[in-house]
Amino acid sequence: MAELMMNGETPEILFWVGCAGSFDQRAQKITKAFATILDKTGMKWAILGKEEACTGDPARRAGNEFLFQMMAYQNIQVLNGYGIKKIVTTCPHCFNTLKNEYPELGGHYEVIHHTTLLQQLIDEGKIRMKEGGEFKGKRITYHDSCYLGRANDIYEAPRKVLEALDAELVEMKRCRTKGLCCGAGGAQMFKEDEPGDKRINLERTEEALQTGAGFIASACPFCNTMMTDGVKLNEKEESVQVLDIAEMIAMNME
Amino acid sequence: MQIIQQVLFVLLAGAASWLFYKKASEIKRNILLGKEEDLTDQPSVRWRNVVLLALGQKKMFLNPLVAVLHFVIYAGFIIINIEVLEIVLDGILGKHRLFAEPLGSFYTFLINSFEWLAVGVIVVCVIFLSRRNINKLKRFISKDLNGWPRSDANYILITEIVLMSLFITMNAADRALQLNGNEHYHDTGNFFFSGLLAPSLQSFGDGTLVAIERACWWLHIVGIFAFLNYLPYSKHLHILLAFPNAYYARLDAPGKMRNMPSVQNEVLYAMQPELAPADAAPPARFGAKDVMDLSWKNLLDAYSCTECGRCTAACPANGTGKLLSPRKIMMATRDRLEEVGKNINQNGSFQDDGKSLLHDYISVEELRACTTCNACVQECPVSISPLDIITELRRSLIMEESNAPQEWNGMFSNTENNFAPWKFSPDERDQWATA
Repeated sequence: MAELMMNGETPEILFWVGCAGSFDQRAQKITKAFATILDKTGMKWAILGKEEACTGDPARRAGNEFLFQMMAYQNIQVLNGYGIKKIVTTCPHCFNTLKNEYPELGGHYEVIHHTTLLQQLIDEGKIRMKEGGEFKGKRITYHDSCYLGRANDIYEAPRKVLEALDAELVEMKRCRTKGLCCGAGGAQMFKEDEPGDKRINLERTEEALQTGAGFIASACPFCNTMMTDGVKLNEKEESVQVLDIAEMIAMNME
Repeated sequence: MQIIQQVLFVLLAGAASWLFYKKASEIKRNILLGKEEDLTDQPSVRWRNVVLLALGQKKMFLNPLVAVLHFVIYAGFIIINIEVLEIVLDGILGKHRLFAEPLGSFYTFLINSFEWLAVGVIVVCVIFLSRRNINKLKRFISKDLNGWPRSDANYILITEIVLMSLFITMNAADRALQLNGNEHYHDTGNFFFSGLLAPSLQSFGDGTLVAIERACWWLHIVGIFAFLNYLPYSKHLHILLAFPNAYYARLDAPGKMRNMPSVQNEVLYAMQPELAPADAAPPARFGAKDVMDLSWKNLLDAYSCTECGRCTAACPANGTGKLLSPRKIMMATRDRLEEVGKNINQNGSFQDDGKSLLHDYISVEELRACTTCNACVQECPVSISPLDIITELRRSLIMEESNAPQEWNGMFSNTENNFAPWKFSPDERDQWATA
């Protein structure tokens, strides 16, 4: 972003990468896939780079409001400083915080999740799929992210994007408003589970495996990690892949 | 004789209304112990929620069979209560079936419909009793309901069966007296169910029939007065509070957590000291330790909960054997609030009893298990948010007690120092672009 500003340019959209997308090796692949898509569509986009910081979502949900407010203050200063109008993010947690929690703290932006942007780009014909692509006729099940679905009522965009893959979409027993959490939200990602009978990600992965799908589509880097772990624990990594919707589109794009 | 009955009735009705009023005011006072929160914007959306969620029971209809059964009880109960108006007026004025003559055949139609509804209510109550006690649905046999809450649910269903049976028996005895040609009991026409019973009662003789009719009449209305006063102590209070609870439901995106302007300002003043007013005082408490620290809406939620357990059935933590149960969060909040209310009744104002909602009623382990997935909020048919209470209590744990698992402390310090929840250098944040 800093470079663009020096050249006196403004991007159409700011890609908010998020901490998982920046640092987590698995999530970096999602970031790269999405960046490739953005490049191919010819959009003018930018990232904050080193100036991006955690939105504060895990801190806030754990109960640390001070830390959340500190992160929000910094981020809003940076975003407003660059005059950012529109943000896309590959993380539903960043999406929720930027869209719903920053406005009353002074950060007003048009925020969209990457699945919604992908749907728009497909509808506008800016993303075109290969004939007989990678996923043609294959069985895919989509895992609803809580922070996309229940928290923000986005259920259709990810499914519409997946339809473009010409695959067979199957739903899990619990989906959409009834979708079962992967177990990562509310800062659970950053600690061990409380005592219980089973890990939540295992419960959810088993439900996904029951559909017989060869691909579990996710739209959140944390869900992706949880489901990937679940697939490994079930020793199914040979036959079942967990992929972000952006990765699937990038693989299938002309 | 008639006048004694009238006086007795008026006294009874007065006492029942006064007791109900007293308890209702107490509940209102308890709810207002909560912190202020303005929930009056967008009235048109709010009224829409009342119509769809409370009146129309929209979320119940996600499971249509149960929704229809529940709707029969609900509609039956409300509509049959129109008939209570006649009973009350009869009782005060010493009349018998005051509306029968002026309404004529419409009266026959009306009471006949009530009988159909009453039988519907009886049938559904029997089904619901069996779901709880014979089919033993998972959410009804949960340990959340051990003791009083489980009995409470059964008492309500049994009472409704008794009240409806009294109504039908009363009509049957009345009809038998009409068929016997008793002058005091003028012809109301035939009602379906009592009409079936009446012929077999005719042989009892007028004296017995009058006794049956009067006994049922009195038991029915005494039962209704008793039920009215049982409501405020019961989970059944939802039949009243579902309406305001739908109206005052938060309208923000469910993913949005309530802001804490006090903390927001404190951070702002730390960053920009020139903005800080000289007399900026920090808030007394961060987050909620006890019920008084919650919003009044959280407390209204607690009184509106009918302990159906849809939230807990959908909770990913509960479903995988963790201690957390969103229903129990609501029940604990109400129990603590009732305790605080009693404390105020005894002492005039709340005196510290060494207890609090956090720790004494809701444990750290329960709070820690929540993934903030919003499934409980989504499921609740009467617009309750257990999640909001959970996050408010978490705020108190962290900001008042510095009570966090070691891993969370690590996550906090990483976020603070490296601007990411993991221990990576901020300089590496854009390395994915070059690697």
